[in-house]
Amino acid sequence: MSAHTAPYEPVFVGARKQELDDVLTRYPTKMAALLPALWMVQDARGWISEEAMTEVAAQLDLTAAYVKGVVTFYTMYHQHPVGKHFIQVCTTSPCLCAGADKVVDAFLEHTGCKELGVTSADGKYTVIEVECLGACGFATPVQVNLDYIENVTPDKVPQILAGLK
Amino acid sequence: MGYPHKSHPRETAVLSKHFGDAEARTLDGWKKRGGYRALEQALQMSPGDIVNIVKDSGLRGRGGAGFPTGVKWSFMKVGDGKPHYLCCNADESEPGTFKDREIMRWTPHALIEGCAIGAYAIGAETAYIYVRGEFTEPIRRLNDALKEAYAANILGKNAMGTGKRIDVYVHSGAGAYICGEETALMNSLEGKRGNPRIKPPFPAVAGLFGMPTTINNVETLAAVPHILSNGAEWYKAMCLSNPKSTGTKLFSVCGNVSKPGNYEIVMGFPFKDFLYDLCGGPLPGRKFKAIIPGGSSVPIQTMEEAEATLMDYEGFVAQGTMLGSGGVIIFDDAQSIPRMVARLTRFYAHESCAQCTQCREGTAWTTKIMDRIVAGQGTYEDLDTLLELAENMTGKTICVLSDSCAAPVVSGLQKFRHEFEALITGKRSSTVAVSSGAAA
Repeated sequence: MSAHTAPYEPVFVGARKQELDDVLTRYPTKMAALLPALWMVQDARGWISEEAMTEVAAQLDLTAAYVKGVVTFYTMYHQHPVGKHFIQVCTTSPCLCAGADKVVDAFLEHTGCKELGVTSADGKYTVIEVECLGACGFATPVQVNLDYIENVTPDKVPQILAGLK
Repeated sequence: MGYPHKSHPRETAVLSKHFGDAEARTLDGWKKRGGYRALEQALQMSPGDIVNIVKDSGLRGRGGAGFPTGVKWSFMKVGDGKPHYLCCNADESEPGTFKDREIMRWTPHALIEGCAIGAYAIGAETAYIYVRGEFTEPIRRLNDALKEAYAANILGKNAMGTGKRIDVYVHSGAGAYICGEETALMNSLEGKRGNPRIKPPFPAVAGLFGMPTTINNVETLAAVPHILSNGAEWYKAMCLSNPKSTGTKLFSVCGNVSKPGNYEIVMGFPFKDFLYDLCGGPLPGRKFKAIIPGGSSVPIQTMEEAEATLMDYEGFVAQGTMLGSGGVIIFDDAQSIPRMVARLTRFYAHESCAQCTQCREGTAWTTKIMDRIVAGQGTYEDLDTLLELAENMTGKTICVLSDSCAAPVVSGLQKFRHEFEALITGKRSSTVAVSSGAAA
């Protein structure tokens, strides 16, 4: 992957370093800033590389191995690059009984993603099933990057995709 | 109100009164609606007096366990010289539950006010609101509201000009159902993997950062300002059945129903009226078949049980289930119960932190067997194995995730065994396979 061949550019410089310093004032330990720091990395880079884990570890006086242990626990941290539009369709039972599986099929079909979790050839889309998004009354909720789209039905999928920038 | 629907005349809108009203999100709008008067009043009182009012009100935890909130607060020894912490559990992830999301989206100041009062009452200067990472809009609303509250000196080192320090921070999770378990939440907040801790020590003794800590659900804390403003008697009087269940409760309704959404009713409301009147009954041409009334971790009810239920902590127990988080999941006669149960077990297998063997192995094996049954390849022995597994998954682990996986399996088999057997004998195979669940 090209991301590994380019020299690593640190995330925590300038405004981001300042932001991390502000976050650190909220907690009695440096370790408590780990999840916020990882979010800052993902916000800046789109995913969290091993180099970034090493950088975060150095910022918070942790080991890179420890940071990796935490990263791998949480499903929202990407350990590899994903499509520009990361599409998560809720398929837990309350949504499944409302037809969420058909919504998944529609996204796979219209994005050209051949299977769940595999980014489309043009790099634009990754589609996954996600466990309960906590919006069950608005079935089927779909999270595209950070935003929720509610009451999604298969027929709305082409229009939703057309609206993504 | 029954957001996203108009309020039903039989609802009692206290927490949900301003859902759908964008002006209530702003500090000015919130103050116009009576906001922050309860905090002002609270800061003139002693922490002990606040705890007593909350005790007298009968308020119980709205996250699932139903523990009396005032009693929980009284475990915190104010003035012991240690830093105390309040954690607000906003990791709402229990399938079927989406009430806290609406509280945070529409009335962020209500939660911040509740957190500030709660923190003061337990001798804490810092409250963390731990919000699940997926809830980006609620996080944004809360952060906007916090900015306003700090700028107006409602929070900070001189909260409301009283010289008392109260800080409230939002802390974002990153995708893990288990972090809604209170000790896992504290580990996560500390920057660790979200593995639950063995109790004791209980959080009030050694919680967040090893210090005395109280963890309360969003809905619980949002109710506190109303109790202080209107009095314990007012709150206690909101009760239609058992006097141990007081106040209003938000129920999230989803699945196969005419009007999904949030509904706020007084404790003890008849579930039958709730389902057919407030929620509009089944979809056209359908019949309700089964209900999971308290989020996916509570036992499934038959319609006979559901229609005989009074909606409070005791009423749900009397009809074979629990109130839980108030997430009402409705399945109609077009649904296969084994298929729905199978998808729930997959959820728990995915969300197990894998610390305890019974849970790590039990949730995985239960899912494999359930998938096999749904695919029409199960055997009668599988049904016995499921029950045996469930027995070994109940009451044997650090937290109750494993028990929660067993609950729909055991209750599903008890109440809808004929559907499992029909799949085994091939009389009726489930037409659609359970989706493959390739969630990252």
